[in-house]
Amino acid sequence: MSEDLLAIADRVVAMAKPGEQIEAVVVRGTETEIRVFGGDVESLSSAQSQGVGIRIVVDGRQGFAYAGSLDESAIAETLADARDNVSFATFDEFAGLAEPDGVVIPLLDLHRDAMISFATADKIAMAIELERVVMAADPRISGIESAEYADSISEAAIASSAGIRTVGSETSCFLATYAMATEGDETQTGFGFSVGREPSDLTPSAAAIEAAERATRMLGAVQPASGRLTVVLDPWVTAQFLGILGYTLDGESVLKGRSLFADRLGESVGSSLLTLIDDPTDVRSFTATDADGEGLAARRNVLIENGVLQKFVHNAYSARRAGTVSTGNAVRGFKSTPSVGCLSVSLVPGSSDPAALIAGIDDGVLVQEVSGLHSGVNPVSGDFSTGAEGLRIRNGELAEPVREFTIASTLQKMLRDVQAVGNDLQFLPMNATGVSLVVADLTVSGS
Amino acid sequence: MIEQSVLEEVLGVAMRTGGEFAEVFAEDRRNASAVLDDGRVEELTSGRDRGAGIRVVVGDTTGFAHTADLTEAGLIAAAEAAAAAARGGGGGTNVVALDRRSASRGYDIETYPGDVPKARKVELLGRANDAARAVGDAISQVSVSYGDNRRHILVANSDGLFVEDDTVRTFFAVSCVATGDAGMQTGRESVGHTIGFELFDMYDVDQLARNAADRALTKLAARPAPSGQMPVVIGSGGGGVLFHEACGHGLEADLVAKGASVFRGRVGQQVASKGVTVVDDGTMEREWGNIAVDDEGNPAQRNVLIEDGVLTDYMWDHLRARKEGRRSSGNGRRQSYQNLPMVRMTNTYLLAGEEDPEAIIASTPKGVYVKHLGGGQVNTATGDFVFGMTEAYLIEDGKITEPLREGNLIGNGPEVLQRIDALGNDFAMGPPGTCGKDGQGVPVGDGVPTLRVSSLTIGGTAA
Repeated sequence: MSEDLLAIADRVVAMAKPGEQIEAVVVRGTETEIRVFGGDVESLSSAQSQGVGIRIVVDGRQGFAYAGSLDESAIAETLADARDNVSFATFDEFAGLAEPDGVVIPLLDLHRDAMISFATADKIAMAIELERVVMAADPRISGIESAEYADSISEAAIASSAGIRTVGSETSCFLATYAMATEGDETQTGFGFSVGREPSDLTPSAAAIEAAERATRMLGAVQPASGRLTVVLDPWVTAQFLGILGYTLDGESVLKGRSLFADRLGESVGSSLLTLIDDPTDVRSFTATDADGEGLAARRNVLIENGVLQKFVHNAYSARRAGTVSTGNAVRGFKSTPSVGCLSVSLVPGSSDPAALIAGIDDGVLVQEVSGLHSGVNPVSGDFSTGAEGLRIRNGELAEPVREFTIASTLQKMLRDVQAVGNDLQFLPMNATGVSLVVADLTVSGS
Repeated sequence: MIEQSVLEEVLGVAMRTGGEFAEVFAEDRRNASAVLDDGRVEELTSGRDRGAGIRVVVGDTTGFAHTADLTEAGLIAAAEAAAAAARGGGGGTNVVALDRRSASRGYDIETYPGDVPKARKVELLGRANDAARAVGDAISQVSVSYGDNRRHILVANSDGLFVEDDTVRTFFAVSCVATGDAGMQTGRESVGHTIGFELFDMYDVDQLARNAADRALTKLAARPAPSGQMPVVIGSGGGGVLFHEACGHGLEADLVAKGASVFRGRVGQQVASKGVTVVDDGTMEREWGNIAVDDEGNPAQRNVLIEDGVLTDYMWDHLRARKEGRRSSGNGRRQSYQNLPMVRMTNTYLLAGEEDPEAIIASTPKGVYVKHLGGGQVNTATGDFVFGMTEAYLIEDGKITEPLREGNLIGNGPEVLQRIDALGNDFAMGPPGTCGKDGQGVPVGDGVPTLRVSSLTIGGTAA
């Protein structure tokens, strides 16, 4: 079905002038988003969008342009703009497109026709069921901030004068809800979600109950006293940290002197319990993909193994400059040139379930939500400090809820302070997979 | 962009199945950007996005569809899809007659960035790079970015409203990494206004670059921020994000209506210290959050949210206002034609007080002086919010002393507003921001005078 996109990309590449390298990325997205409130549809958006991004390299200079349209006239204008932009770039001997590297693009089950045939009315029913179960879960549930169903079919084709030619289609969907629990003047919130490749993968009741439980268990939360504590990050929180950690292992950051791990390949950078992989070929991951943003095969890369730094991730440019090969980690939309990044990071799980992890802690905090990561984590210096909420852990058991505090350390120290990795891998609507993580000696700032 | 007769026809189709309200929002946006990193101009990017979003409201349900096809056939197909999504009962006939209005922002763009040769834009990048690196050998990396965009919008709705607007924004930022014995630190400076290339008559890029480099260098010698509660003085212009998070989001009527705001039901009550007046003002000329009309076609307004500590009103978009039988406050915004509008801030600021800023610091025996805040985040239902400090110092014995490393501060909106105990006479607007809500980003501005919060929790690591 996406072959028409590849045909457009081929046509653009065929317009290359002598001496020009051309790469065209052509995408189409079909999206449905349904929000419900009070047992009825609040909004239903249904739309298809498309776009083209054209990159041109001539004699070590690169230009780029994009358009949110696949009209012939828009493509012609975009090609002309990209050409015009080339001359303003600084000469870079490493500039250039990805070359086919012989790695076979894996056959992954990422597209489900069932998504396309699933009736809108059934999607609506699923979102309404999500809200209904949240509201019925506990008498203290006072409402929902949101309850939604969303799905997308993402098609992309990449072709280049260097011989790249790939096309693919991926389907995904999720349910998400924010629940509110109220007692007296106090309101607390909690979220729940469920992700899948087709609607039948989704479980509205599990998402609803999780949201209700996370909200109600926060009622009565107080600000904890400041101190240094052992912290259990729940899978959702761990995933957000892994996303940031991924940035520090990006080959472009390393080359440009922005990675705190730049000189550490082969060295121990964390607890021996830590094995970090980037594996977009794991189809359970929401961001799984068969090809990267330059059309090279996606692949499993081991970044940290038993605490030892093994690898940085690269796209074609950063690899060429670093004297290595692309790891299939070009990241992009059609509106930008490829950058470098992890596609789907995850820790290899340990053996303990979350209850066992908590049972092993005398005095600590379970953090179920963090806020302000974008302002509180500096991936260049490694300093981090984020807002947090969760539950105190006393004598191996969950105790009173706590809020309005921060947890702080540095990424470097945090990796060394990992004491256990849980066995509870959780796939989330983001490019990192969650798992419970026990980290010692984090600074808790509260009262 | 689209003929009036076509718009009337499309709105008629949108209303045919029993719609109570229908709207066409069309957008033609051109972006240009250039990035210099690691000493090289990496690339220039040009982009264009053009399309229309159509919504149809039936009861409490909104149907929405968008298309990149602005022909009559494309728009009618989108109108039918939106009407179907709204599940109207059908049977209505609606003739829509549009009344064309003009949008005015009270000032003119002097130099459209699209008319400026690309070479001139690139030249600015090189100058900033050189200036930043000249600050010292410890500056180990510099990235400079330039961006401009021109956004032509058209809004037409079944109430007869028909308005078009053309907005130009220009942006420039410098980010530096400094490397010292204790690792790397970063410093950033950014400027952006709703104006054209005359931005560079207002600012000297060399100076912006030096500011960014100085910030990174200063932090090389910084010590870990304290952990725990203490007074916090926020510098003029550097900390408007405090109000954006502490009360701005909580005063958005869509969140209030769902009971997801701690400020629900509090209009007329004292919610902040006396002397605290918070305004959201889309009309503020040339500021990053300036709009002539919002993305629902309503004129921008200056809305007083909190006056002398008393909550006076929330911010409203078309849908929420219609439900309450009142007028929109001009706060209906959206990221692009592909999104539904919702209640959003524009330029949010705290009015100046009367105190001498030096005296505010001098009367603080021990605390933290935050010259620049980074981004923030709030949970509007609980009121808990965080914001990052990107440039901060210790206050000891009433004097600014050592620089501090980065960290977040955390507080509760209603509590923090009551703890503002000093307001300076030195109001200034801060750097350009992008406010995110439900996955949509819109440009916003903020501003504050020097002010003091008597107690906030500082999330550092030092005892």
